Amino acid sequence: MSGHSTYEPKTGFERWLDTRLPIVRLGWDSIVDYPTPKNLNYWWTFGGILAVCLVIQIATGIVLAMHYVPHVDYAFSSVERIMRDVNYGWLVRYMHSNGASMFFIAVYIHMFRGLYYGSYKAPREVLWILGFIIYLLMMATAFMGYVLPWGQMSFHGAVVITNLFGALPLVGEAITTWLWGGFAVDNATLNRFFSLHFLLPFMIAGVVGLHIWALHVPGNNNPIGVNVKSKADTVPFHPYYTVKDGFAIVLFLILFATFLFFNPNALGHPDNYIPANPLVTPAHIVPEWYFLPFYAILRAVPDKLGGVLLMFGAIAVLFVLPWLDTSKVRSMRYRPTGKLYFLIFALACIVLGYCGGQLPDDKVIPGLSTFILIDADLNSFVWLSRLATLYYFAYFLVVLPILGLTETPTAQPESISTPVLSHPAGLPAGAVAAPEKKG
Amino acid sequence: MADTVVGENPDPHAAGEDPNRRDFIHIAAGAAAVGAVGVMAWPFIDQMNPSADTLALASVEFDLSKVALGQQVTIKWRGKPLFIRKRTDKEIAAAVADDTASMPDPQADEARHKPGKAEWMILIGACTHLGCVPTFAGGDYGGWFCPCHGSHYDTSGRIRRGPAPTNLPVPDYEFLSDTKVKVG
Repeated sequence: MSGHSTYEPKTGFERWLDTRLPIVRLGWDSIVDYPTPKNLNYWWTFGGILAVCLVIQIATGIVLAMHYVPHVDYAFSSVERIMRDVNYGWLVRYMHSNGASMFFIAVYIHMFRGLYYGSYKAPREVLWILGFIIYLLMMATAFMGYVLPWGQMSFHGAVVITNLFGALPLVGEAITTWLWGGFAVDNATLNRFFSLHFLLPFMIAGVVGLHIWALHVPGNNNPIGVNVKSKADTVPFHPYYTVKDGFAIVLFLILFATFLFFNPNALGHPDNYIPANPLVTPAHIVPEWYFLPFYAILRAVPDKLGGVLLMFGAIAVLFVLPWLDTSKVRSMRYRPTGKLYFLIFALACIVLGYCGGQLPDDKVIPGLSTFILIDADLNSFVWLSRLATLYYFAYFLVVLPILGLTETPTAQPESISTPVLSHPAGLPAGAVAAPEKKG
Repeated sequence: MADTVVGENPDPHAAGEDPNRRDFIHIAAGAAAVGAVGVMAWPFIDQMNPSADTLALASVEFDLSKVALGQQVTIKWRGKPLFIRKRTDKEIAAAVADDTASMPDPQADEARHKPGKAEWMILIGACTHLGCVPTFAGGDYGGWFCPCHGSHYDTSGRIRRGPAPTNLPVPDYEFLSDTKVKVG
């Protein structure tokens, strides 16, 4: 979409259409001739993988909605009917439930890629923010979708998450009652969640359109983080990245199929196969794996409002990240100290995810007795969560703002082509200097 | 005519002029449109609030003779669990003894049951943290323990430790007879 269009209508019909609705031109400029940095690695294939995930979720979701009944008396049994009686219902539902997990695996890799290579920095701030709007919509969609089977985890998950809003002073109770449409999570809640769960994916698709638009204005970032300087730094999107993305999509679908056909409940929770009972909460209530880091942050704070604010703050801070990172160098490849802090940050996120799945008072190292610090044993998951939460926020609010001013980055290449062309051993045998000329 | 200028500023749209009739029409039309959208938005927001049939909730009556000493029966009221617990003398004594202990939401045990009915503890069984149902006789204080985020309640339903901010709420109820209670 940026720069001059190279599309030339070949037939009379294409010329006729091009002056009325230049949709073929749009497609040509966006996915055929779109100039793409020639050094993109496999971390860049997750955008395409995510598009596939969204299509799978919408297609399977439409099918499920044909058989699902959004009523507290029938929801659970209608899902079981899909699993047992509807032709291939088991396949479509397992694709949808595992597809959600696959979607989040891909989106987390996509986000960490952006963090590592500085893809949020100017001029891509709006692209980054749109990405996080998509992520928020994904979280809302996934949460409401998880409520629909009306199992024990569905019900009590809905109770806990909607009660989060009750922590707000003054208006909290009115908001939760409004969300529920009653005095507890009940049929009204299930109905509206179904309606919104159907709507939000299409809103996601809309914001994805904006996300791609915002991508195509400045063009892709790349692993060295240096701007594209000339045409020699790019290759056309097709066939180079259609093929590379396609290969990555196939690998990703193999992983998807492994879960789907060999362990479709591995990422779920057995308690959700018990019909919802408002009078009994499961002994160990956990959200789906993709929310565990945020759940750990929520539980790390002994105060209700404080925990809720910190949990939402963990996402809010990412919206302002482009203005928190003061470094002029995009890629962590040339920030040796920054890279170290980044790796610890990734580790802290994994630790938070692990803590979110454990009981807060359980010991991290079994059998080791330490001492009570403030309100809990130091050797407990609640304290490990607190340490990881502290690092999570410190990374954005302290490390990135200060490190950008103090660290000495290593030398960046002049351009994307320089490191290849100035390779000491010369070009490898058989390599073509300008591969885009050959195809 | 082309050379003729009448008045100091014949152009009614020139910048720096006082608001004229056309500005007024713009502002009035804009305000009317915003007002209309606001008015139409309210029905779409309010439809999510509890409907008339949900609000018209009947109260429940419960036969207390079903609960043995030291037991608890959980019933559903307004979609939420209601705990009806018959406390032992030991449990009452523990709650009264703790009246002076430091707690996040201080309240005397006496204020949480009907006069002369100390054995009957009737509470809304939703943790005041995030709404899970606390388990009976769990936790460090022998009252209830919320499995979700580890809130400990004592035998009076008062929050003693954990993230919950307030005590388990006591609903409006009255004794119709010695063995019958009406909640709501």
